[in-house]
Amino acid sequence: MELMELQPLIFEKSRPGTRAVRFPAFAGDGAGLDQAVPPALRRKSPAELPELSEIEVVRHFTRLSQLNFSVDTHFYPLGSCTMKYNPKINDRMAALPGFAQIHPYQPSATAQGALELLDELEHLLCEICGMDRFSLQPAAGAHGEFTGLLVIRAHLAAKGQLHRNKVLVPDSAHGTNPSSARQAGFEVITVPSLPSGQVDVGALERLAGPDTAALMLTNPNTLGVFEARIRDMASIVHRAGGLLYYDGANMNALLGLARPGDMGFDVVHLNLHKSFSTPHGGGGPGAGPVGVKAFLDPYLPVPRVKRVDGHLVWDHDRPQSIGRVRSFAGNFGILARAYTYIRAHGAAGMERNSRAAIVNANYLKSKVRGRYREAAPGPCMHEFVVVPDEAIAHGVKVADIAKRLLDYGFHSPTLSWPIRNCLMIEPTETESRDTLDRFADALLRIADEAAADPEKVRSAPHRLPVRRMDEVAAARNLDLRA
Amino acid sequence: MDYVPSTDSELEAMLRETGAASYDDLVAAIPPDLRHPKLRLPAPMSEIELAREVSELAYRNTPPGQALSFLGAGAYEHFIPAAIDHLASRGEFYTAYTPYQAEASQGTLQVIYEFQTLMCALTGMEVSNASLYDGATAMAEAACLALNARPGRRVILAADTIHPEYMQVLRTHLSGWETEIRTFPSSAATFDAAALVKAADGSVAAVICQNPNFLGRIEDMARAADIAHAAGALFIAVVNPLSLGLLMAPGEYGADLAVGEGQPLGIPLSFGGPYLGFMTAKKELVHKMPGRLVGRTLDTCGAPGFCLTLQAREQHIRREKATSNICTNQGLMALRACIYLCLLGREGLREVAEYCAQGARFASDSIAQIPGFSLAHPGPVFNEFVVACPIAASRVCAELEDQGIFAGLALEPFGGAANHLLVCVTEAKSRPDIERYLKALAGLAHRAMGRQVGIDK
Repeated sequence: MELMELQPLIFEKSRPGTRAVRFPAFAGDGAGLDQAVPPALRRKSPAELPELSEIEVVRHFTRLSQLNFSVDTHFYPLGSCTMKYNPKINDRMAALPGFAQIHPYQPSATAQGALELLDELEHLLCEICGMDRFSLQPAAGAHGEFTGLLVIRAHLAAKGQLHRNKVLVPDSAHGTNPSSARQAGFEVITVPSLPSGQVDVGALERLAGPDTAALMLTNPNTLGVFEARIRDMASIVHRAGGLLYYDGANMNALLGLARPGDMGFDVVHLNLHKSFSTPHGGGGPGAGPVGVKAFLDPYLPVPRVKRVDGHLVWDHDRPQSIGRVRSFAGNFGILARAYTYIRAHGAAGMERNSRAAIVNANYLKSKVRGRYREAAPGPCMHEFVVVPDEAIAHGVKVADIAKRLLDYGFHSPTLSWPIRNCLMIEPTETESRDTLDRFADALLRIADEAAADPEKVRSAPHRLPVRRMDEVAAARNLDLRA
Repeated sequence: MDYVPSTDSELEAMLRETGAASYDDLVAAIPPDLRHPKLRLPAPMSEIELAREVSELAYRNTPPGQALSFLGAGAYEHFIPAAIDHLASRGEFYTAYTPYQAEASQGTLQVIYEFQTLMCALTGMEVSNASLYDGATAMAEAACLALNARPGRRVILAADTIHPEYMQVLRTHLSGWETEIRTFPSSAATFDAAALVKAADGSVAAVICQNPNFLGRIEDMARAADIAHAAGALFIAVVNPLSLGLLMAPGEYGADLAVGEGQPLGIPLSFGGPYLGFMTAKKELVHKMPGRLVGRTLDTCGAPGFCLTLQAREQHIRREKATSNICTNQGLMALRACIYLCLLGREGLREVAEYCAQGARFASDSIAQIPGFSLAHPGPVFNEFVVACPIAASRVCAELEDQGIFAGLALEPFGGAANHLLVCVTEAKSRPDIERYLKALAGLAHRAMGRQVGIDK
């Protein structure tokens, strides 16, 4: 699909005196504005916003949208991001006036349906993950991590064990893990991985000790491999007196297939914008619910939904809670989408999702095998990591392959993470065999091009509205606004 | 139902081509007894059944439109121009990821760049980030930034007129840090300058004030900024962006950081989220800002375009040394705010802000005329004010709820007096709407006074 050509900034299209939206003046009793807000409190010069007609605004943003790759228009195999199809019914449900227009402080008697949705969603997520309670308040995955770690900290404080100030994080973990741990007041200890990509359990055994607060683990890990020794890891950490934290970034592999709660995890966060199909929106909004085993329930954020005489209300009276992590009730509109998604699937649909995601990933991997080295040989879960040794030998970098893929109409995989010079590919369950075949063909063709005409790959993209952006210059000569 | 395009036989054929003998072979790393738990989930549904089932929950809520609502307190009912829903629901925006691949994301990148520009224009500040979760977390992130920017100072000094939920989030957010959060008192619902002068010592990294504050009153932000700066602290302004169509902009009173809740800018109430945290700052703080930033640059052929920049601040590069752990933010909500501001333009924003101020003034003056009712804190407000009721505010709310009116927010659970009611008026309320409300309050006052007289006898 061809993308639109670049657009001038909207400020350049502004024509003074033009209007898209007008508001009536307040039909008051003659009391002037000066009486309402004295001039000394008012801004001295108006905010310099652009002035355009409605059609100009609509065309501007429509054309900008056409400069994007998206799941609705392109295959988007961005590893660890789960760019699966976002069912449209979810958006229609979230936009119902009874959800989209209700105020967070309206009387609970007038919001029973919304509270019921939250209460039911909590139970559904508990069942899917094997946990006892969930807080739906965190606004994104990293926010969920931070919340989960504060819950662990509160638990340690209650047991008089705040000397446990170290969080173990595998070197292959998402950057948010160490960052969230730090923000929650912990020190980060890196656990090395084996060449196979699995956590080095021997090293974990040496590192876990009386100062361990928790191990944060992504399973399947970021190489797309299930940590087969998960039970050993759980018992090492628990024996040392620490807790096991599940980063749900890769939960899409396990829906209906296995539950973190059964593996021994004490705290779980989910990314509803990944596994539960709420749209990524070009960088959010997401939602990062946090699930816990029963012994951690008292520490979850306030408020929580509680049933009193058959009536759902907000419960603020939880003295051991870590407090609030966000205003109001979390990203309700996202929670409503995820609820709709789960209700569509039921248990059978959930299981079919993970099965198709795993089959798709293994199928795609088998198609490029031989030309792209597998970072972790053997079957993968929902994603896999390959290293393009052949292309690299011809002086082509993974970033070049990524840009060349754009020319072929495919979004790039995730690059150079969790190992150097790699492509992390997550096809998801919502792609057809035909799409996977075409994508595999493009990868193989690029491997050929790297040998025959490496410059063509190095100078990609050729067919997009812009050539490669100079990110170094962008950071050096900061231009952050018009 | 599910959204897998492949049939079972297609999946079976693909599985065979991988060389695996069975699906169980692919998932063999999962210990067998952990595999295939029996999930007790409700049965799957077709789309029509699903629509019926979920709509049923929505119908059990009362949206404004059915009720006449005077609720605000950080989440505001505003008119949302139709073009916003239309444009923001385009799949190319809606289903794209964070714009890491700049060449395939120029649309999202340009939107964020325009959003950054608009937020700078609105707040009068020099730089803006791409968004944060909500107003409360934006305030907390600003406090973290200030602590990093003023090493050695470990106190955050906050006005006691800030939204209580924002303060709760701040306390949670900093609970793992070696810091202290102190509040300074107010008198007559605005901060007490003398108390601030006394409290602002050399240990203070930042002073935080909200404008309009939680009780609706307009604060003397310039004075607070001066006091903060005299103490060597940063000044953080928490502002309602829509109020900046009328009120003094943070840049005009020398704020170092302006943060707030962007929900009033074209984002539905949606029971509290998703909303839009924003942060704008003085240029010298840009390297310490949390979240994403978009910069304008050139491509290899010298043509202009956009990309994410200063990523070395962020968690995916810097890990535990990042300025914040934020990754996914509120991109689509920033898009909505961006479209809203472009549709309104400078005149539209001024109009809507003036309507709010005049509507609130009319409503507050009129309520003060009703026997038994008075204004708890007379003085300039933007779109909210506190009413002292003749009976408990919770009873006012309950009685008016029976008439299909959400009277406002009873402040007792937020630390206010039992008879204090926070009332909000925006352009979503016509004069007849307000008159209906006044009539309902007058009727209630009449009944309350009647009862009072009865007791006196």
